[in-house]
Amino acid sequence: MALSSFEREQQRREQRRLMALLAPGMFWLLVFFLLPLLVILVYSFLTNGPRGNLVWQPTLQNYVDLFTQASYVNAYVRSLWISVLTTLFALLLGYPLALFIVKQPPRARLVLLILVLIPFWTNFLVRIYAWQIILANNGLINTTLGTLGLPTLFLLNTEGATLLGLVYGELPFMVLPIYAALDRFDFTLMEAGADLGASKWRAFWHIMLPMTMPGVAAGAVLVFIPTVGQFVVSELLGGAKVDYIGNLIQRLFLRSNPPNWPLGSAMSTVMMVVLLGFILLYFRSTTEEDR
Amino acid sequence: MHKGYAIELANVVKRFGEVAAVDHVTLQIHDGEFFSLLGPSGCGKTTTLRMIAGFEYPSGGELMIHGRPMATVPPHHRPVNTVFQSYALFPHMTVAQNVAFGLKMKRVPRAELGARVQAALDMVRLAGFAERYPRQMSGGQQQRVALARALVNQPEVLLLDEPLGALDQKLRKEMQLELKSLQHRVGITFIFVTHDQEEALTMSDRIAVMNQGKVLQVGTPTEIYERPTCKFVADFIGETNFIEGKVVEQSDEYATIQTPDGLQLRGYTPRPVNLGEAATLSLRPEKARLVLPSHARPDDAFTMPVHVEMITYIGSDTRITVRLNEGRTLDVWEQNTLSTLDRNAYWQPGEAAVLVCPPANALVLTE
Repeated sequence: MALSSFEREQQRREQRRLMALLAPGMFWLLVFFLLPLLVILVYSFLTNGPRGNLVWQPTLQNYVDLFTQASYVNAYVRSLWISVLTTLFALLLGYPLALFIVKQPPRARLVLLILVLIPFWTNFLVRIYAWQIILANNGLINTTLGTLGLPTLFLLNTEGATLLGLVYGELPFMVLPIYAALDRFDFTLMEAGADLGASKWRAFWHIMLPMTMPGVAAGAVLVFIPTVGQFVVSELLGGAKVDYIGNLIQRLFLRSNPPNWPLGSAMSTVMMVVLLGFILLYFRSTTEEDR
Repeated sequence: MHKGYAIELANVVKRFGEVAAVDHVTLQIHDGEFFSLLGPSGCGKTTTLRMIAGFEYPSGGELMIHGRPMATVPPHHRPVNTVFQSYALFPHMTVAQNVAFGLKMKRVPRAELGARVQAALDMVRLAGFAERYPRQMSGGQQQRVALARALVNQPEVLLLDEPLGALDQKLRKEMQLELKSLQHRVGITFIFVTHDQEEALTMSDRIAVMNQGKVLQVGTPTEIYERPTCKFVADFIGETNFIEGKVVEQSDEYATIQTPDGLQLRGYTPRPVNLGEAATLSLRPEKARLVLPSHARPDDAFTMPVHVEMITYIGSDTRITVRLNEGRTLDVWEQNTLSTLDRNAYWQPGEAAVLVCPPANALVLTE
């Protein structure tokens, strides 16, 4: 339908207002987010000099190395695998926890939600060091076992410890979106399911889970993505015994002598492309829900 | 216990903390009956229904479905289905998937499932809507999906929790008749919870009137309306005038009360009353007549000299408020049987009149 000149004028004003609101944020993202990304992308096609200096000579060698050297490929596979495990465990622990919180009376809910968030008040690094103290050979667990006359366990500096630390750190990011989804969920639907012959488990599987899937998906993305690139937990709890992609990138940029920024940049770029793929998949699934 | 009852509740109690939401309810609901639980909000009608569905377990008493004890059987093992107040359709499933849900849970073979879903949708006249999602449908259509989803399972008893509450007045009336005729066709026992007395009267074979967790009276719509056994039921169902007094005479099923002002009023007693007991006369506005003082006859059960105070014309009826000499007002409804624009043919404010009523039209109730 044709718009009157008044309506068109109104639309133009509305658009100008939106642009004005958008501009500061856009500027911020452009300068501090997109630009550094571009720098990394450019670096990834450059050559590393003998002293770790950048040589402006375009090459694909970084990418060739990355996809042909077993240690690099393994790091990718390992990172993706531990991220899948972390997401899975966070989901298995987080969903029941979120459900438990939603089922509480309003006051208790608030308290429990705050308890979920309290760890954020302390620096992540400090909390991971705390886990070191708990898991160490002469740490909390083993001293307790020792006093009880039980054999001690080798806990710290294992992949299990890495996984534990990751699940611990990421759990709130799984709980909160699932909690939000469950909070919107109409529990009468579970009664309707039971009424129609579904056991508790089947009603969960056919009704509650599909309807809270957006929360699960959001939680999974929030947990999975940072886990792929992490290096702190595997360094402090895993004892840096195996290389994850985050550890490799960190080392290439900061620790190796000489540093290798182009290769590190290439690794970052590939990681981002992979993650972008996952995010696109996520958006695809959520928009399909909304249709 | 009797095997002929679809549902039988014996002294069922449900306590939430200290509060008895349902307080020793005993009910027998026949096979194929359209039975309503009627009462104000918080009277325990929904809790009673939820116990039959299995969403709440009784704190005491016995609950049987077709003679089988059910008190602690979980809802998914009960031969009943529910139509929820909010419909509770599964938003992530199509209409067909919603209707198929119960059959799927019972692992009905695919071929049979499709045919039964189709038949259920046909029954509620939604044949073309199978692939829609609930949110794409109007309230009335969602209501019918909820019905189809329940009935497709061929339950022994269908439970309906204020299912028409969210519909507008016109649709509500339509659905009342549709539900009633549907019940006739499928022959399943319906237990219908409502706070709307007109709805209960329109649809039910029998009604249980509840208040504060107790069943006050069970009867056909006619019995409930014409012969309420207590003040609450007389007041809750339809409109009525209450006149307080003391029983001064009592014979057979009739009694006479005397008001503090000395008026003697005679009425039917659904429950026996004792001489000297405090009692209330319940007089429905359509059951009394106004006559000119010269027309009053001594054989009317009682006559009250009154003055016409206010006249409200509402189309089918004229509602007249009259004032007794002692000051109290009563309502009388007259049907507008004459088609005339001449309002002089009717009563005028300030006019003296006599309110007359045969004894069978008034009730003497104690509490």
